[in-house]
Amino acid sequence: MNLDFSPDELAFRDEARAWLAANVPAEPLPSMDTADGFVAHQQWERRLADARWSVVSWPEEFGGRGASLVKWVIFEEEYYRAGAPGRVSQNGIFLLAPIIFDHGTTDQQQRWLPSMATGETIWAQAWSEPEAGSDLASLRSTATAVKGGWLLNGQKTWSSRAAYAHQGFGLFRSDPSAERHRGLTYFCFPLDADGVTVRPIAQLDGEAGFAELFFDDVFVPDADVLGEPGDGWRVAMSTAGNERGLSLRSPGRFCATADRLLDLYASVLEPVERTSTATRVVDAWLRAEAYRLYTWGTVTQLAGGGDIGAAGSVNKVWWSELDVALHETALDLLGAEAEVASTWTDGYLFSLSGPIYAGTNEIQRNIVAERILGLPREVRA
Amino acid sequence: MKFTLTDEQAGFARSIDDLLSRADTVAANRAWAAGDHEPGLKLWSRLADLGVTSLATEASPVEVCIAFEAIGRHAAPGPWIESAAYLPLALPGVDLTESRATVAMPYAVDADIADSVYAVVDGQLHSAQATDSSPGIDPSRRLFAVSAGDRVDHGDLDAAFDLAALATAAELLGAGERVLADSVAYVKQRTQFGRAIGSYQAIKHQLANVRIALDFARPLVFGAALEVTPRSVSAAKLQAADAANLAARVGLQVHGAIGYTEEHDLSRWLLRTRALQSAWGTTAYHRERLLADLLAAR
Repeated sequence: MNLDFSPDELAFRDEARAWLAANVPAEPLPSMDTADGFVAHQQWERRLADARWSVVSWPEEFGGRGASLVKWVIFEEEYYRAGAPGRVSQNGIFLLAPIIFDHGTTDQQQRWLPSMATGETIWAQAWSEPEAGSDLASLRSTATAVKGGWLLNGQKTWSSRAAYAHQGFGLFRSDPSAERHRGLTYFCFPLDADGVTVRPIAQLDGEAGFAELFFDDVFVPDADVLGEPGDGWRVAMSTAGNERGLSLRSPGRFCATADRLLDLYASVLEPVERTSTATRVVDAWLRAEAYRLYTWGTVTQLAGGGDIGAAGSVNKVWWSELDVALHETALDLLGAEAEVASTWTDGYLFSLSGPIYAGTNEIQRNIVAERILGLPREVRA
Repeated sequence: MKFTLTDEQAGFARSIDDLLSRADTVAANRAWAAGDHEPGLKLWSRLADLGVTSLATEASPVEVCIAFEAIGRHAAPGPWIESAAYLPLALPGVDLTESRATVAMPYAVDADIADSVYAVVDGQLHSAQATDSSPGIDPSRRLFAVSAGDRVDHGDLDAAFDLAALATAAELLGAGERVLADSVAYVKQRTQFGRAIGSYQAIKHQLANVRIALDFARPLVFGAALEVTPRSVSAAKLQAADAANLAARVGLQVHGAIGYTEEHDLSRWLLRTRALQSAWGTTAYHRERLLADLLAAR
């Protein structure tokens, strides 16, 4: 057991650190959920891609470095430590790309991956529906087979990045007679296709971070089905693990925030705010550190060919509650100044979504209880 | 970079767990609490044969943590932290592998069965004599006041303290894991309103929280074992104490009133967990030390 990096990994870390130090914008970019901010973030993705930092774990032919999982986590730690911008291409790179690599055809890989790596095409996730929140298997939007492809109908909601994105991906019910989990098909489609209506929804922060999507006889060719028709549930479940587990919330982000929290604590001179928050400052740092070390354990397991399985749910509850705790503590430290909009208030509002999205924490706790602890399934009507 | 146990370490973990699983450690714990040391001392010598008393000097802190997690999981009695974690580093020239020793911190645990008793006075180690005993919240940790005698030559007491606090964290982790396992087993067989109580979300979510807390305490404990520093040790002790306390509280809640009885085995771990939260640096102490360390590094 050790936590030491190899000379090769250390060299990779130094290269990443040096590049980030020289390239990360000095001023934070405007919110990616505004028109200007979206473009600014795309330009940042392009800059990352030109230096081959946008998709370090991908094969070189698609713009990556073929980096190991360990190196990927090292890069993520450096990325957030450097205060680099959030990734507007996150849905595509971390949720869709693994599916395209595993289930996509060569044609799909060549059509979709390069422009995803450069940030030219931004992808939005279209999973949730108005009547299907945590119960994803109850999706009702339909796909009807026609000559050469499918017609999509129905409605998706809470579709992240969809207000400005170019492409969407999601599940549609292609066989209404099949049981809940069966008869779903995984589709990719342009958001400007005929019959698609995008209605942006302002989030708590007032920006259009997500959107409703309406489908009215939207034609999608067979070539844009991911995996086999009817096999969408199985295909999609391999991304659910990614979202909850490692890929979306690398520990670097929380460790960087914990460091900023300590800086804030050290800078606050009000004895009342300091005394009343000291315990929570320590505990927030501690939980970020626990997450960092936990992730190295996960990486070791995965690198050894293991599977984290339902442990992604353990992870998700932890990081989402940690994120809220970090930001609530920071606002309490700021005292009356906390009412003024700042990166802390932005981060706080974003953190509030964590326990809700990617499967609510209630669903995650059920998964932990049933799949890890082996408790009986709840009786469901 | 490889942050999991090596095959050899996993093998050691299995052998110590097998040994303790085969022994009736709960009976030894109960007898010890009642003043009958016989079964506990037998257990002591078997663990010593396995090398537990020489880990602090002959192996790495990772092996120390493996052993103490097993001791916690099985509620084995005896001054293990004092004799096998603190004093071997505090007294580097003294061979403690074949004897039992204890040290007042501030009470000398199990001084009545120790071959030698020590006390720390003004940062120096002294030999000591046990005087009065006080009942403890965990009756299997018998507490003694001491009167200090002559100063003895000692090693790095800070390093000794950190290894002892780390061993305590590992023992808490083991206790938490045991309470969770026993609670899960219980809620699967206990029925109410016609079904197992473990099928109710109110029960499930509490136990899931325990699983999550323990899963994130473990890497802090073993991370600290790889690099023993005041910062890493305090972090490990804090999180392990919190996770074990959550396990104990939830364990008691899901057992209901049977868990609140002395006769139910759960009591062994509930009392041990509470005692160890206060031992080898209270939660407040470690939190204060961690914050000071973090701020000093800024």
